[in-house]
Amino acid sequence: MATLAPYRSELRTGRDGFAQLLLAEWTKFRTVRGWVIGMVVALLVIVGLGALTGANSECGVQLGPNSPTLACPAPATGPGGEWVTDSFYFVRQPMAGNGSITVRVTSLTGLYSTSGGFASDQNPTSGMTPGVQPWSKAGIIVKASTRQGAAYAALMVTGGHGVRMQWDFTHDVAGLAGKVSAASPRWLRLTRSGDTITGYDSADGAHWTRVGAATLAGLPSTTQSGLFAASPGYSVNTTSLGGGSSKGGPSLATGTFDQVSQQGTWPAGRWTGQDIQRMTDVALPASAQGFTQAAGRLTVTGSGDIAPDTGDVDTIKKTLAGTFAGLIAVVVIGVMFITAEYRRGLIRTTLAASPRRGRVLAAKAIVLATVTFAAGLVAAAVTIPLGERLLHESGNPIPPVTALTWLQVVAGTAALLAVSAVLGLAVGTLLRRSAGAVTAVIAGIVLPYLLATIPGILPVGAEQWLLRVTPAAGFAVQQTLTQYAQVHTVYTPGTGYFPLSPWAGFAVLCAWAAAALVLALFLLRRRDA
Amino acid sequence: MSDVVHAEWTKLRTLPGTGWLLLAAAALTAAVGTIAANAVTCPAGSSCQIDPAKVSLTGIDLGQAIVAIVAVTVISGEYSTGMMRVTLTATPGRWRVLAAKGAVVGAATLVTGAVAVLASVLAGGLLLDRHGLTPAHGYEALSLGDGTVLRAAAGSVLYLGLIALLSLGVAAAVRDSAVAIGVVLALLFLFPILSNVITSPGLHRHLEQLSPMTAGQYIQATTNLRSLPLTPWQGLGVLAAWTAGAMLAGALVLRFRDA
Repeated sequence: MATLAPYRSELRTGRDGFAQLLLAEWTKFRTVRGWVIGMVVALLVIVGLGALTGANSECGVQLGPNSPTLACPAPATGPGGEWVTDSFYFVRQPMAGNGSITVRVTSLTGLYSTSGGFASDQNPTSGMTPGVQPWSKAGIIVKASTRQGAAYAALMVTGGHGVRMQWDFTHDVAGLAGKVSAASPRWLRLTRSGDTITGYDSADGAHWTRVGAATLAGLPSTTQSGLFAASPGYSVNTTSLGGGSSKGGPSLATGTFDQVSQQGTWPAGRWTGQDIQRMTDVALPASAQGFTQAAGRLTVTGSGDIAPDTGDVDTIKKTLAGTFAGLIAVVVIGVMFITAEYRRGLIRTTLAASPRRGRVLAAKAIVLATVTFAAGLVAAAVTIPLGERLLHESGNPIPPVTALTWLQVVAGTAALLAVSAVLGLAVGTLLRRSAGAVTAVIAGIVLPYLLATIPGILPVGAEQWLLRVTPAAGFAVQQTLTQYAQVHTVYTPGTGYFPLSPWAGFAVLCAWAAAALVLALFLLRRRDA
Repeated sequence: MSDVVHAEWTKLRTLPGTGWLLLAAAALTAAVGTIAANAVTCPAGSSCQIDPAKVSLTGIDLGQAIVAIVAVTVISGEYSTGMMRVTLTATPGRWRVLAAKGAVVGAATLVTGAVAVLASVLAGGLLLDRHGLTPAHGYEALSLGDGTVLRAAAGSVLYLGLIALLSLGVAAAVRDSAVAIGVVLALLFLFPILSNVITSPGLHRHLEQLSPMTAGQYIQATTNLRSLPLTPWQGLGVLAAWTAGAMLAGALVLRFRDA
């Protein structure tokens, strides 16, 4: 009598390690044609929309009604490589080697235009309103040369921020507070010793306080030093709804100095006045600026600003406008990566093969995030140079960006897409329904961004609030603009400034994704598949 | 035909999700509109360029996404469960099925939209009056008795109806609910994002004229109409053209492809 041997599979016993689970999920992803196509579409659409944006954003200036349109000129470049505004009236003498200059400032007055410009080159100040701007400034300066963007250190009185020491455009240190007047003058002193310039201020000329010390590497032995005045454009921005109207125009400031004393090697000559300015600066023409000298008293009138440049669009971010299209595609894929299993019943097979449900979700998240990150990395790395090239060809100046910032934007964009896809996966696990999950994630990310960054839909306060708490905050990682406290301008989402720093904003998106994953894990374990 | 419509109405009515989603659409539309109206400030002595009707109806931006879910599910839900084959067996005239679904979803959306818009306009009227948008600032009180406000309100209801039909058409064409809703939301949201960054005046204007969301919402404008690239009704017409295109594509796919 023959006995029937029980069936034994010839296949080797499989292992249910995490590596096998990852391989299984990768096989699922790779073999669904629609998902692979979707990922390629996401990549191509980011590149394509970047090219479209770059090629259709002309920037041009026309000097006269009949002259040809020229490419927009780039601002001056500061010692740190960043774009700067360097426009002021300079009353200077060459100072050889070490030395110092001391002055007493007895007043700071100003005029500003509310009409957006000035009356005429002959009489530019007619019709202007008296008053100083918060960052109108007059004081003493030691500058490497008269070239715009050259290294400098300056000590100044300002219209609304007391005494300030500023150097190399981005640095700003506060000194004595309060406004300057004849009854309450300010004494200022800058001392050069090698590459270090130290600023001191005093209310009485006897008791001095050190404000700060600037190290200007490579400062030439002979510097251009003396007095200066500058006043940034006046602007009022209506922050209510309906377009955020702004009005403003150039302004000028006049500083009155006396008790000027110089130590070190200075020529025994008169002061030279020079208007440091270029055509595109928000400043009054040279005829409105100047200086007078009488009986030991100097009055200097200047317009413009010595500060980092904040008036430009975020060019890199602009090239990545297609990220939204890519984001919609990867969120759809992320949601389907789990809801398709529920729809087909495959989830029961998956969970039978790997009963530890948390590991299934983790494997799915890792595979999805890795694939999306890789696609996003390629897309961003191709789009940014391509978009910048096209923007350059259509006349836009391309801002200098450090390698670290470039890396932040490229890796950040890829990570933004990856985390959004994982958020889609988690919400898909929670809801199990594709339509609801896709809408929740896309409306949660794209809609707040849309409402916040298109000016005129919401008030600025609401815009900033949206970009702090909603997943749309993650788009801050694409930002390359920096806010400076010493520059008064419109720092709103509509002009490209996010309320959170790049990685803080990204962390908000990550927090949403993490919370959704934890909740998804909890429900995946509790509910029947 | 009335039997088909009745069948579709029974299917839509008896799904537990439908009622909740439509309720959520109405509630969120009104809530977002109220929050936006509450955030408006018009400081005394300044002329703020605010369109009171448009601000009150900001919630449509969110409400349309939920309406799109309902409309997409009406078709995609049937494909995912295989119900579509039963439906088409019962009603072999496939275009009649699509027409009946469109009628039912459209009607449900119009009712929901009417409730949402009415609540938004009432809340906006109360709040904007308190935030300085008074006749002293040159603003009439927000009321449906005003012709332009009535156009904005009625137009917004129609806007939601057209979005529902657009979503239905897209869903009939692509079938899968995730892809369908992705396509609808991309169609709505991408145009405004692109036209916001593209500075070339010609293309910027064309993108605004082509955008189903931007152009469609011109119907909400009650002030500064001359600055718009299209008149309010032309704008709604652009959305209607997109809807017609999507419905046509959906009808052709439904007719000539196996279910």
